Amino acid sequence: MPADIYLNVAISGLLTGLVYGLMALGLSVIFGVVRVVNFAHGEMMTIAMYLAVVLFAHFGLDPLVMMLPIAAVLFGVGYVLQLTVINPFISRPEHSQFMLMVAMAIIIVNSLLMIFGPDAQSVQVSYSFDSFAIGRLIVDATKLYAGLAAILVAAALFAFFKFAPLGKAIRACADNYTGALVVGLDVKRLYALSFGLGAACVGAAGAIIVLIVDVTPPLGPAYTLLAFVIVIVGGLGSMPGALLGGVLIGLTEAMAGLFFTPSAKSMFAFAILVLVLLFRPQGIMGKRLT
Amino acid sequence: MAEFRNASTALNRRRLLASAAAVTTVIAAPALVRGQGAALKVGVLLPRSGAQAGIGQDCFRGVELANPIFKSIGLPELEIMSADTETNVEVARSRAEKLIADGAQLLMGAFDSGQSSAIAQVAEQKGIPFVINIAAAPPITEQGYKFVFRNFPTAGMILSDAFANQKEVFAASGKEPKSVVFLHVNDTFGMAMKNGVGAVMPKFNMPYEIKETISYDPTARDLSVEVSKAKATGADALLVVSRLNDAILLTRELVKQRWSPMGILSMGPGWYEDQYLKTLAKLGDGPLSFVPWYDPNKKLSKQLEAALEKRYPGVNMNTNHIYTFEALLVAADAYKRAKTADPKALADAIRATNITENVSTGPGISFDEKGQNVKLKNAAIQNRGGKLVTVAPKGATNAKAEWPMTAYDKRR
Repeated sequence: MPADIYLNVAISGLLTGLVYGLMALGLSVIFGVVRVVNFAHGEMMTIAMYLAVVLFAHFGLDPLVMMLPIAAVLFGVGYVLQLTVINPFISRPEHSQFMLMVAMAIIIVNSLLMIFGPDAQSVQVSYSFDSFAIGRLIVDATKLYAGLAAILVAAALFAFFKFAPLGKAIRACADNYTGALVVGLDVKRLYALSFGLGAACVGAAGAIIVLIVDVTPPLGPAYTLLAFVIVIVGGLGSMPGALLGGVLIGLTEAMAGLFFTPSAKSMFAFAILVLVLLFRPQGIMGKRLT
Repeated sequence: MAEFRNASTALNRRRLLASAAAVTTVIAAPALVRGQGAALKVGVLLPRSGAQAGIGQDCFRGVELANPIFKSIGLPELEIMSADTETNVEVARSRAEKLIADGAQLLMGAFDSGQSSAIAQVAEQKGIPFVINIAAAPPITEQGYKFVFRNFPTAGMILSDAFANQKEVFAASGKEPKSVVFLHVNDTFGMAMKNGVGAVMPKFNMPYEIKETISYDPTARDLSVEVSKAKATGADALLVVSRLNDAILLTRELVKQRWSPMGILSMGPGWYEDQYLKTLAKLGDGPLSFVPWYDPNKKLSKQLEAALEKRYPGVNMNTNHIYTFEALLVAADAYKRAKTADPKALADAIRATNITENVSTGPGISFDEKGQNVKLKNAAIQNRGGKLVTVAPKGATNAKAEWPMTAYDKRR
């Protein structure tokens, strides 16, 4: 097999992995701060994907251009959800939170089925079939744009948490809940903001990924599972870990398909998960709990 | 205790006999009425959501067109009880059981071999006739079932005709691929076709060798690795067994990875379907599909095509409509002859089917002792300008094959 094929597939896996990472970043932010596992994460992403499809179909708006508005809409949805529905469950047992989030996931899937039907829907932008050739290397244009957009959004989020006072307050809240209350932080609002930010991440990821993948309502649970695999591999609650996990899973799936059989791609992603759970249960970049 | 027994209410032997006769008449009446004109209740099982939703919905168009046409040709109307299998074998099984519990007197479906196998088990167990519209895995009619009938070619039949028709296309153009890469879905149908290729191809002395066989999940979201791997083999053409969504994904990847093979030789659904043509426009032209098709010269074909055009303007008639319609045609014809909805009588009537005025290619519809229509013939069709033309076999064509197909980079 020519050597350039390996490089082509690796780049494709890397770019897809970056978008996976952005999606998982949202899950990690929500869990890292609010300590609620969002079992409706993939389903929220399908909402963003459908928003992108509708905006493109009716107004011809490019999903990459609409990435920020869609992220803003999802931010609003996440913020309101946290304040109204999820917040009362914060102090309840984990199984109650689990049931709540699973119920939300089921409602989202079935609502999307009722509104959009079961057929796969896609966005065909002018560059849908474009690719860049560098010698014998061929890079899929949509994946390249998607990967770059994912890097930009992730960088903005990292900068927010590192430099913005609000970001620092959220981190303080995640580090020490009681301490945050003592110094007078409005924890309830910060939780809502965090959930909103996580939802915004998944909104941006949805707007980006719709360029690569056709959307159907049942896609949600598959992406929820994928996000879990990524954050557990990367380290639950770790933002760099989520990105790294995404890239690792994207690359693993691509290379496993090339070296072995494509129908066993997912098996290798799960194999990585099992290895991480066996030898580094806190995830590659996660902190060991004492 | 008061004695209420009197001459008018006393139960005697004569009164008991009269009552029994009356009760028997009342109980038997619905069956007699059904046999005399009540619609046969047909449970239609199709994958109308999930990965095969597009095809399942397309098949249902064949159902919608059936009753008015049956009425016009003197066949009894059918009462359709619809169920969605959700592209899931277990759901197909449970929906079949529910349809029978709800009163379905005959089952029809289910597009997919895995789902059809599950329904066949239920139908056989409950003793309810099951007419398969589309499913090619050979084992379905090799189990000795008494209530299962298939008016659709098996994988072996499709492959034999496919290889013969391919040779005809290559001979007409004078250009033969020397190698192909075989891409197939790994579901029941895909695996049956894969095994069939291994068994049937050597008998046809094909001009090409299979350089590599690549299987993939029919619900895959990204097929870039599969196409990269196929491209790396340097094969002249693609031999494919796929579904609809993956056919679209494969084409996108071929274009993006700048690989224009001599042609795409499909031996399954996906590549000729309207959604494929609509989604890909010019890039959808070229693939050759070797599929069960219809004889455009038959009277019923013209009637079905006209009805489809009237109800769904712009939709091309395809395998999904044809074989779903014909499965119901078998049911209506059998019900007319059986004059009863009794499952055994209905199954006997289906077994004695001899329909010569039909839609699909070949001499007509009849079943062997296994419940298989062995007279079916397959055609080679090609996507051309958003339409489908028949390019083989000789005598049933309306266009010449474009082989090799136009390279993707020459169309944009």
